[in-house]
Amino acid sequence: MRFMVIVPANKDSEAGILPNPEQFAEMGKFNEEMAKAGILLAADGLQPSSKGARIKFSGTKRTVIDGPFTESKELVAGFWIIQTKSKEEAIEWIKRAPLFDGGVEIEIRQIFETSDFSEPVSEQMRKNEGLLGAKMAENARRSS
Amino acid sequence: MRDAPHSVDASKGNTHAVVEAVWRIESAKLIAGIARMVQDIGVAEELAQDALVAALEQWPESGVPRKPGAWLMATAKHRAIDRLRRDKRFEQKHEELLRDLEIRQALSDPSLNDDVCDDCGDDLLRLIFMACHPVLTREARVALTLRLLGGLTTEEIARAFVVPLATIAQRIVRAKRTLAEARVPFEVPRGADRDARLHSVLEVIYLIFNEGYAATAGDDWMRPALCEDALRLGRILAGLVPKEPEVHGLVALMEIQASRMNARKGKSGEAVRLLDQDRGRWDYLLIRRGLAALNRAEELGGTLGPYALQAAIAACHARARIPEETDWERIVALYDALAELVPSPIVELNRAVAISMAFGAAAGLEMADALMDEPSLREYHLLPAVRADLLLKMGRLDEARDEFERAASLTKNARERDLLLRRASETGQRPATANGHAARSG
Repeated sequence: MRFMVIVPANKDSEAGILPNPEQFAEMGKFNEEMAKAGILLAADGLQPSSKGARIKFSGTKRTVIDGPFTESKELVAGFWIIQTKSKEEAIEWIKRAPLFDGGVEIEIRQIFETSDFSEPVSEQMRKNEGLLGAKMAENARRSS
Repeated sequence: MRDAPHSVDASKGNTHAVVEAVWRIESAKLIAGIARMVQDIGVAEELAQDALVAALEQWPESGVPRKPGAWLMATAKHRAIDRLRRDKRFEQKHEELLRDLEIRQALSDPSLNDDVCDDCGDDLLRLIFMACHPVLTREARVALTLRLLGGLTTEEIARAFVVPLATIAQRIVRAKRTLAEARVPFEVPRGADRDARLHSVLEVIYLIFNEGYAATAGDDWMRPALCEDALRLGRILAGLVPKEPEVHGLVALMEIQASRMNARKGKSGEAVRLLDQDRGRWDYLLIRRGLAALNRAEELGGTLGPYALQAAIAACHARARIPEETDWERIVALYDALAELVPSPIVELNRAVAISMAFGAAAGLEMADALMDEPSLREYHLLPAVRADLLLKMGRLDEARDEFERAASLTKNARERDLLLRRASETGQRPATANGHAARSG
């Protein structure tokens, strides 16, 4: 099963301050450990919310709100996608992550597999996935 | 025990589940580390399990230690030393071991021995080579690898392969005995031996993957958990021997094949062939990983090996947004290279399919027909299945129907049989479709 591990933003990440070289190395080591164990599928960091935007939906109206956004605890700064045999295994791995401190909460969420859906929800999903997938296929093709 | 409790699980601190998870993460390293000491993987596994039992007894009271892996390793090493002391047969080794700085550290203060693992990669690699040793039967290698490296229980392996528990248990016991009797050294093979031994490791991993991807027995068409186990093993191996292009080739092949898992299973669990698959349901995270692994294999240089070539073929499909965009001529060229490297009737059959797609059904059928006298394909359901497809495309419906039926009678997989019988009954009722069909079903 797959999990998305969500790392919340903080003042530094929102200010665009990157981890120092030691911190980078430490996190790199942890990532490498997960990669070497064959469980790390993807990992990415997000730019500060000042470079992002929100789109607010009400009725037919779409309002664009430019970043930055203030409530940094509710913002996401990065994520891992990992694949483990159980939620407990995912938890055990993430407990070993370095650098986090001061009450920060790292969230672990299981990713839906197609087989988790029963008809007819999955039919609709498959259609949606179809559109998305075709686009992604094109990207994969272009980038390779 | 020696460590301050580390984790407080607000989620109803179920220590048992934690211990199980830690075992999943640490067991292979643990067994490998102990095996280097005792030079016997059976004994090593027992000792590792003793440490696990100790954790189950102590952690609920003491809390989970800060470095659970180091705790287990230290505990297991203590037991190994006790055992070596008791056991006359190991007397000499025991002397050697007491000179071992690492052990003295373990004896003085195990909890300080934080990095379980500076050379544990080497131990892990030794363990993989040992579990996949050619002195064992293929089945034994598969079972032992899943058990020792994959951290699967005997029950899980039995369930995955749809064989009785006792069969797997016996297979594992025998395998360990065979390795002990043959006095297989716990080491990474060097020199000329290395290539052959590495090949055996890759073969075992791919066998596991294939058993999950195209189950040879049982009602399920696929067993995804087994594919995940194989992928995990492959990724671990790629981390251990990053300079071996074929390891990346195998990983690439498995990642790309696994990316089709959702798409190759229809609504009622039936098989969907590659060219009929909804490509929107392919897993593009795995495709990206597969293409990256293939890149690594290619960048390491040299001519591509069989796994990398197959991965390159799979990549041609993965890059095609729609089936019509498939670069069949490149696929034919890759099959040419593959046929030269590892000539086999099955490669020829796949090449026939690629040729039919690149140069027309008649050219493909000519090649497939030439394989009809091949003894090793006599019982192979995909030969009639391919011929059926090609005959269908050429409008020779009666022959096509017969071949679909023959293919159905040869396959052992229930889902695949259904698909073939359905195609047999459909043949003649509608005109041939524009799509051709690859020999491998996806």
